[in-house]
Amino acid sequence: MTQPWMKNRLVQWVDYRLPMFSFMEKELIDYPTPRNLSYWWNFGSLAGIVLVIMIVTGIVLAMHYTPHVDYAFDSVERIMRDVNYGWLIRYIHTNGGSAFFIIVYIHIFRGLYYGSYKSPREILWILGVIILLCMMATAFMGYVLPWGQMSFWGATVITNLFSAVPIVGDIIVTWLWGGFTVDNPTLNRFYSLHYLMPFVIVGVVALHMISLHQHGSNNPLGIDAKGPQDKIPFHPYYTVKDMFGLCAFLTIFAGFVFFAPNFFGEPENYIPADPLVTPPHIVPEWYFLPYYAILRSITFDIWFLSAKLIGVVLMFGSILILFLVPWLDRSPVRSARYRPIYKQLFWVLVIDCLVLGWVGGNPPEGIFVVIGQIATLYYFAHFLVLLPLLSFIETPRPLPTSIAEPVLGGSGGPPAAAEQPMEKAQ
Amino acid sequence: MADYEDTQAGHGHGETRRDFLYLATGAFGAAGSAIALWPLIHQMSPARDTLALATTEVDLSPIEQGQSITVVWRGKPVFIRRRTEDEIKEAQAVELDDLPDPQTDAQRTKKPEWLIVVGVCTHLGCIPKGQATGDRKGDYGGWFCPCHGSHYDTSGRIRKGPAPENLPVPTYEFLSDDLVRIG
Repeated sequence: MTQPWMKNRLVQWVDYRLPMFSFMEKELIDYPTPRNLSYWWNFGSLAGIVLVIMIVTGIVLAMHYTPHVDYAFDSVERIMRDVNYGWLIRYIHTNGGSAFFIIVYIHIFRGLYYGSYKSPREILWILGVIILLCMMATAFMGYVLPWGQMSFWGATVITNLFSAVPIVGDIIVTWLWGGFTVDNPTLNRFYSLHYLMPFVIVGVVALHMISLHQHGSNNPLGIDAKGPQDKIPFHPYYTVKDMFGLCAFLTIFAGFVFFAPNFFGEPENYIPADPLVTPPHIVPEWYFLPYYAILRSITFDIWFLSAKLIGVVLMFGSILILFLVPWLDRSPVRSARYRPIYKQLFWVLVIDCLVLGWVGGNPPEGIFVVIGQIATLYYFAHFLVLLPLLSFIETPRPLPTSIAEPVLGGSGGPPAAAEQPMEKAQ
Repeated sequence: MADYEDTQAGHGHGETRRDFLYLATGAFGAAGSAIALWPLIHQMSPARDTLALATTEVDLSPIEQGQSITVVWRGKPVFIRRRTEDEIKEAQAVELDDLPDPQTDAQRTKKPEWLIVVGVCTHLGCIPKGQATGDRKGDYGGWFCPCHGSHYDTSGRIRKGPAPENLPVPTYEFLSDDLVRIG
C-alpha cells in the first residue's frame, strides 16, 4: 500500500534523492509483523525510547556537571538545588538507568522464553548481548561520576577485578586508573567514555534493528509465518500497542521519579568520596547484584587458579555464555509453550537469577555464601548442561500449522479471507 | 598495460606481483596503524605529574608503641604500625605452612618494631579496618577487610578470606631513627 503523502511532489522529489520516506514506509508502516504478538513484545521499542530519554537528559546534565574530584560531588548537588529543573532531569536520568535495565532484562528473558535467539535470529541475539555489555559499561561509569562514597568504592572494586588477570593484571589496572588509585584521571576518562558509549549503543541498536527486520519478529508460537494472512502491518496495529505500553511505563516511571526518586539508590552515595575510608558494606546498583553474587561465590582456589581469578572469570562468563545460547539449545522448537520441560526450567532460571540478586545485596557471610554458590552452580548448569540435554530428552508438544490458525480457526483460513485485516489497514 | 597483462597471466598460477603488492601495502598499513595507536593507548597510563608524587616522608617520633597511623602515598593509604612486643612475637612465631602467601616477618620489616604496609586489601582494593582503636582487627589481630571478609595478621599477611596476597610492603628507607621515606 502507498501512503497518501507519498504522492506529494516535494516528498517524491526528496525521496528520489534520499529515500527516507520510502524507508520509513517500508520499515515503520508497512513492515509486516506477526499478528499474534503479546505485550512481552513491547519491551524492545520501550528500551529504544528509554535510550533516547537517557541521551537527552544526559546531554543536559553534562552542561552542568564538572568532572573533577574536587568539584564533581558539589556540581551534582548544584544540579539538584540550583539548576532550573536540575532535580527533575537528574532523577529522570538516575531512575532511567534502572528502568532501562528492568526493560532490557524483561526483553532478554522474553527472548529466552520464546526461543527468539534461534535460527535465523542468532546474530540478532548476539547484537543484543553486545548492547547489554555496552549498557553495563555505561551504567558503571555513569555511577562513578557523582563521586560519592559508593561511586568511588564501586569504581575501586570493579577496576580491581582486572588485577586478577595473571602477570599483566596490575599493569592493566594502573593503565585503567591513569595513576595508582581511582583518582582524577580515572574520573575524567570515565566521563569521556560515559558520554561516548550511548552513541556506540545507538550504533549497535541500528544493527540490531537491521537484523530484526531481515526476518521479522519472532512470536509467542515460535513458528514462522506461513503467508500474508499471518502478518499485519506495523502501523497502526503495533504503533498503537507500543504507544499504549509506553504510556503505562511512563506512568509507573513518573511515580518513581516524583514520589520515590531514591528508591533504587544507595544513601551512602550522598556522602562525598573519601579514598581513605571504605564504607562498611559495598554494594553495586541493583542491576549488577546477580553478577556480584557470582563474583563473590568463589571462596576457594582450584589448582593454581586463585579464587579471585575464578570469580572474575565466572562473573564475565555469566554474560558471555549468552552468546552461545543459540548453539547450546539444540531443540528445533522455539517457543516454551510447546516445550513442557524447558518451560519449567525457564522459571527456575528466573528464580535463580532473583536469588543471585538477593545474595548479591547481602554481606558475604554464613548462609549467603552457600546459597550464592548453589545459585551460581545452577546458573551455569542451566546453560551448559540442562539446555543441551533437553534437546535430546524433551518431546515437544505438536505445533500449530500457522499463526492464523488459532485466531481464525480451521487450517489457517483461505488466503482470501485472511487477507482482510491487511485490507482494513489501508 | 604490461602490468595488467602480467596479472592476467598470473591468474591460476599461484602468487602474482600484485598479490605481493597487496600484502606489502596491507602489512605497511597495519604496522603504521599499530604504531599510531600506541600514543592513544599510552595516554591513559599515569602522567608525569602523577608519577612525580611518588615519594612521601613521614616523621615517626609522635607514634607510641601499639599505635598506628595512616599516611597517603601515591593516593593510597599506607599503614604504619609501631608494634608491641606481643605483636612482634606473634608475627614471628607463625609457621610458614599456615600462610596462604608465605613470607617471614623478617622479610616484611626492616626494623621489627615498625610495620609499614600499603593499606589496600589485595582482594578488590578496599581499605581494611584495624587502624583506629575501636576497629575490628580480625581473627589475627592485624586488620580486617569488611568488604569481602579478609583477615590479616600483625605482619599484614593474609590469613583467612578471599584476598590472595599479603598487604604489600612499599619500598621505604629509614632516613634517621624517626624519619622514613616511602617510595
